[in-house]
Amino acid sequence: MQFMLLFSRQGKLRLQKWYVPLSDKEKKKITRELVQTVLARKPKMCSFLEWRDLKIVYKRYASLYFCCAIEDQDNELITLEIIHRYVELLDKYFGSVCELDIIFNFEKAYFILDEFLLGGEVQETSKKNVLKAIEQADLLQEVKKVIFKNKSFVT
Amino acid sequence: MAKSGSSGTGGRGKGHSKSKEAEIKRINKELANIRSKFKGDKALDGYSKKKYVCKLLFIFLLGHDIDFGHMEAVNLLSSNKYTEKQIGYLFISVLVNSNSELIRLINNAIKNDLASRNPTFMCLALHCIANVGSREMGEAFAADIPRILVAGDSMDSVKQSAALCLLRLYKASPDLVPMGEWTARVVHLLNDQHMGVVTAAVSLITCLCKKNPDDFKTCISLAVSRLSRIVSSASTDLQDYTYYFVPAPWLSVKLLRLLQCYPPPEDAAVKGRLVECLETVLNKAQEPPKSKKVQHSNAKNAILFETISLIIHYDSEPNLLVRACNQLGQFLQHRETNLRYLALESMCTLASSEFSHEAVKTHIDTVINALKTERDVSVRQRAADLLYAMCDRSNAKQIVSEMLRYLETADYAIREEIVLKVAILAEKYAVDYSWYVDTILNLIRIAGDYVSEEVWYRVLQIVTNRDDVQGYAAKTVFEALQAPACHENMVKVGGYILGEFGNLIAGDPRSSPPVQFSLLHSKFHLCSVATRALLLSTYIKFINLFPETKATIQGVLRAGSQLRNADVELQQRAVEYLTLSSVASTDVLATVLEEMPPFPERESSILAKLKRKKGPGAGSALDDGRRDPSSNDINGGVEPTPSTVSTPSPSADLLGLRAAPPPAAPPASSGAGNLLVDVFSDGPAAQPSLGPTPEEAFLSELEPPAPESPMALLADPAPAADPGPEDIGPPIPEADELLNKFVCKNNGVLFENQLLQIGVKSEFRQNLGRMYLFYGNKTSVQFQNFSPTVVHPGDLQTHILPLAVQTKRVAAQVDGGAQVQQVLNIECLRDFLTPPLLSVRFRYGGAPQSLTLKLPVTINKFFQPTEMAAQDFFQRWKQLSLPQQEAQKIFKANHPMDAEVTKAKLLGFGSALLDNVDPNPENFVGAGIIQTKALQVGCLLRLEPNAQAQMYRLTLRTSKEPVSRHLCELLAQQF
Repeated sequence: MQFMLLFSRQGKLRLQKWYVPLSDKEKKKITRELVQTVLARKPKMCSFLEWRDLKIVYKRYASLYFCCAIEDQDNELITLEIIHRYVELLDKYFGSVCELDIIFNFEKAYFILDEFLLGGEVQETSKKNVLKAIEQADLLQEVKKVIFKNKSFVT
Repeated sequence: MAKSGSSGTGGRGKGHSKSKEAEIKRINKELANIRSKFKGDKALDGYSKKKYVCKLLFIFLLGHDIDFGHMEAVNLLSSNKYTEKQIGYLFISVLVNSNSELIRLINNAIKNDLASRNPTFMCLALHCIANVGSREMGEAFAADIPRILVAGDSMDSVKQSAALCLLRLYKASPDLVPMGEWTARVVHLLNDQHMGVVTAAVSLITCLCKKNPDDFKTCISLAVSRLSRIVSSASTDLQDYTYYFVPAPWLSVKLLRLLQCYPPPEDAAVKGRLVECLETVLNKAQEPPKSKKVQHSNAKNAILFETISLIIHYDSEPNLLVRACNQLGQFLQHRETNLRYLALESMCTLASSEFSHEAVKTHIDTVINALKTERDVSVRQRAADLLYAMCDRSNAKQIVSEMLRYLETADYAIREEIVLKVAILAEKYAVDYSWYVDTILNLIRIAGDYVSEEVWYRVLQIVTNRDDVQGYAAKTVFEALQAPACHENMVKVGGYILGEFGNLIAGDPRSSPPVQFSLLHSKFHLCSVATRALLLSTYIKFINLFPETKATIQGVLRAGSQLRNADVELQQRAVEYLTLSSVASTDVLATVLEEMPPFPERESSILAKLKRKKGPGAGSALDDGRRDPSSNDINGGVEPTPSTVSTPSPSADLLGLRAAPPPAAPPASSGAGNLLVDVFSDGPAAQPSLGPTPEEAFLSELEPPAPESPMALLADPAPAADPGPEDIGPPIPEADELLNKFVCKNNGVLFENQLLQIGVKSEFRQNLGRMYLFYGNKTSVQFQNFSPTVVHPGDLQTHILPLAVQTKRVAAQVDGGAQVQQVLNIECLRDFLTPPLLSVRFRYGGAPQSLTLKLPVTINKFFQPTEMAAQDFFQRWKQLSLPQQEAQKIFKANHPMDAEVTKAKLLGFGSALLDNVDPNPENFVGAGIIQTKALQVGCLLRLEPNAQAQMYRLTLRTSKEPVSRHLCELLAQQF
C-alpha cells in the first residue's frame, strides 16, 4: 500500500498515512485530486478505480471516506477488508467510533493504525492482539481520555 | 493578528470564509501561546511538553504549517513515560525534516530504545524507523534490525515490527540491507507458531526474494504447507485470525502472492499439494456462503482472485485455467459491482493465455452488454479492455463495431484510448482492407477530435502500401468528403488519398477531376494552416494527374490570398508550386510528383502510442515480435533537408509539414530554431543563464520617450481589438508573476529570455495612461514579421470594453542587437479585473515564435491619492460598512517586514498614506479614488502587520464590490 487517507464528506482530511517518500507539495496535490475524484463518485459505483498508475480502493463509513492507494499487483478485495478491519479496531477501541473521535483522539487513530499496518503491509490482523498493544499503553497513561459518544459509523 | 484589534473591521465576509478566518485566528493565537511556553524561562514538565507537542501535531494535521517544536518532540523521545515517548515519536514520524542535527538526536534516542530490551519501547522505535524510512535511518539501523528480527529472545510483536521495518528500509535503499545468514532464518519464520509473525514475515520475504530468488527458494515448500494448513482448516480453528468465517484471509493472500514470485514448484509432492489447495479454493467458491455479510464474501473472494492470479501466472494447468475462467464468468453477472469489475479485470489476463483464450471468448456477449449497460465508467473501461484482449480474427468485426458504437457515447476521458484500440484491432485483424479503411474513416467521423496523427498517418501508410485497396479508399474518402460538415482529419486523409489515387475514380463523371478539386477546395478555407499546406500539395499532384485542372489550380495558387499569405509555409508552397507547374515539362512533373513509394513495414506507431498511454504490457495482446522501438513516427525516415528547398519535393514532404524550413533561413538555423522553440516553452529556466541584463542598466539605455516619433507618425494607428482574443495564445505560465512585479511600480523589465527583452515605462494620470514598450533583440539575427499586438478580453458577458488601448504599429523587422519602441495610449472607461494581453509574434531564423504576456495595466494604476483627516477617514470607513463593500485577507509575509519598504509599496500602489489615523502606529492606512471614464470608485485601505506571527491583515473598503476584492488580491501579493 502506498498511502491511506481518511476524509470527510466535506473533503476535510482527517488522517493521512504515507508509506512512500513524497514531498509535502506532492502529498497535498495527491490529496486534493483524490478527494475530489472520490467525492464525485456516486454511491452505487464500484469501490475501485484506476488513478495515475495506482489502484484506489475506497469505502464510505457514515460521514468518513477511507481511501487506500495500492499497487498494480495488490489485491483490491483484501484491501477493502483492511479498511473494514481498521474501522472495527477503531470501533472497538472508542466504542461506537464516530468522526469526532478521530478528530480529537487522532493520536490514538495513528497508534492503532501503526499496530495494524506497518510500512504499508499488514502486520497483525488479530483484533485482540492489536488492541492489547494499545491498551497496554493506555494503562500507563496518566490522563483520562475524552471520548465523544455520538452515532456510530459502523454498520 | 490577535493583537491587531478589531475596531472598524466589523461586518466581514460571511459563512465559510468567516469560520475559516476564525479558525486561523484561533490557531495563530494558540501557536503564539505554545511558542511562548516553549521559550519561557520556566522549564516545562513532561506532561505539558507532551500536551503542547500534541497540539502542534493537531494543528499541522488541520493543514497548517508548523516550523517549531521539533526539539521539544525529540526531548520527549528520551522520556521514561510511555505516552510521552509515543507522542514524541508520532510527531517525528509525521513532521520530520532532513535537519541533520535533529536526525542525529533522533537516531540516538531510537538507538537507546532498541537497546532497552523493553518490547513496547522497541516497537515504538521500530515503528518510527518504518514510518520515516529515510536513507539516514537506513544507514544507522539497517544492520541492526536483521539481528533483532531473528534473535531467539525477541518478543513476537518486536519480530513483526522488525520484519516490516526492514522491508521499508529495503524498499527505500536496498543497498543498505546486508544479506547474510539471517536470510535463511527469516524464511523459517514461515513456520512460526504466531500467525502475526508469519503475516509480517511473508511480506518481507516476498520483497527480498524478487532480487535474490535463489537465496529464498526454500520458502516455496514452506509457503505451500502453510497455505495448505490454512485452506483446509475449519473456519473456527484459527480463532482470532479467522475473519468472518474465513481463516486467515490476509495471510492466505500474501502466501499466494509470494508463490507468484516463482515458477510452479519442481518437487512433485509440493506441487501436488499446491494444486490441491488451489482446487479447494475453487471448490469453496461454489459452496453456499457461511455468512450474508459482505465481509465474508470479500475475504473469501480476495483469496479466490489471488488463486486465479497464481493459476494465470503458472499458465500450465489447462484444467485450472478453464475452471478459473468459468468462475470469473459467473462473477461477470454478479450483482456486486466490485465483483464484476474484478472479473473483467482478471479475465483480461486470462484472455492472453492460449489455454483459456477460447473459454474467455464465450463470454463476449456478456462483456458487450457490460460495455453498454454498466453505470460506472470504471467498469465500462474494464469491459473495453477485455474486449480488446479477447479480440481475434474470428470476432474482430463484431468487437470493432461494438466499440465504434460505444465510442459515440463514451466518456471523453477514454475516447482517445478507444480510438487507438479500434485502430489497432482493425489493422491487425483486417481480412480485407476495405473494411479497415471503412473503420478508420468511421473513427474520424465519430470521434475526429480524438483521432491522433498516428492513426491517420497509419491509414495513409497502409493504403499506399496495398494497391488492392487504393481505388476503394479513393471512392470512400470522396463520398465521406461530401458530408456538409466533415472533420478536418477527414480532409487531411481525403486530400492525401485523392492526391495520390484520385485518378482511380476519375473515370466516373460524378467524381471527375474538376469535381474532386472543387470538393477539396470547398473545405480549404475552413482548415488550419497544416491542412491547407497539405491540400496545396494535393493540388500540385492534381496538375500532374489531371492536366485539365492545371489552369484552375494555377489560378488558385496565383490568388493574392496564397501568394501573399501571411504564413510563410503556405506562401512558399504556393510560389514554388506555381512556378513548378509553369516551368517544368510534363516529364519532369511526372517524375517529381510521382506516386509515393511504399513505406517500409514497421510496427504500428499506434501501438507504440497506446503503450505510452497505458504503460508497459498494455499492448501485450498484440505483440508480434516485429517491434522497432525507435520508430514512433510513420514519417521517421523523412528528415528536413534545408539545402534542397528550392526544388520542392512534395513526395518527400507531404507528411513532414512541420519540418519544412523557410527559403531565407541561413544554413543550420532550422536546428537552432527548434532549440529556441524549446527555450520559449521553458522560459523561466533558461532566462537568467544567458547574458542577464540588470534592470537598471537596461532602462538607462532607453532613450527618453518621444511621444510622436517619426516612425509612429507614418504608421496608422491600429485598433486595439484588431486580432480577436481567440487568435492569441494563452499567457505564458509565469505571466501572473511578471504582472505582480508591476502592481506597485511602473517601470522595469517585463520579460526576458534568450532572444527577447521587453522593457516597460509607463505613466498614468486620472483615467489616462501612456505606456512605452521597448522590444530588444538580444540575438545577432534579425527578427522578421515582428508584430506585437494588444488585446483586451474584456468582459465576456457584457461585451463592454473597460479599457481603450491605442497602439502604434512597429517595424516588422528588428535587427540583431537593436531595440524598437511601441507607444500605447490607454484610457480606462470603467473598472476592470483582467489586464489586457500583449502578444508578440515574430520569426527568428525561420522558426515562428510567439509569446503572450499580461500587460502591466491593473486597476490601481488609475488611483488618485486622497489626503484626509482621521475623522473623515473613519466617517467614510463607516459609510462603506456593507459586507460586500469590504474585502479582507490575512496572509503570511513573503518578504521581510520592513515598514519603509511597505510604505513605498503602498505609495507605488497609488493610494495616499494617512498618518495619525490608526491608533496603532504600526498599521498603515491609505485612501484614494479610482478614476475611470464612467465612474469613480473611492477606496480605503488598512494594512496591519503582525511582526511576531510574520503575518499581515489587509482590509479594503470601496463602493464597488468587485473592486474591493480585486484590489485586495492584487495588493496582498506584494508583501
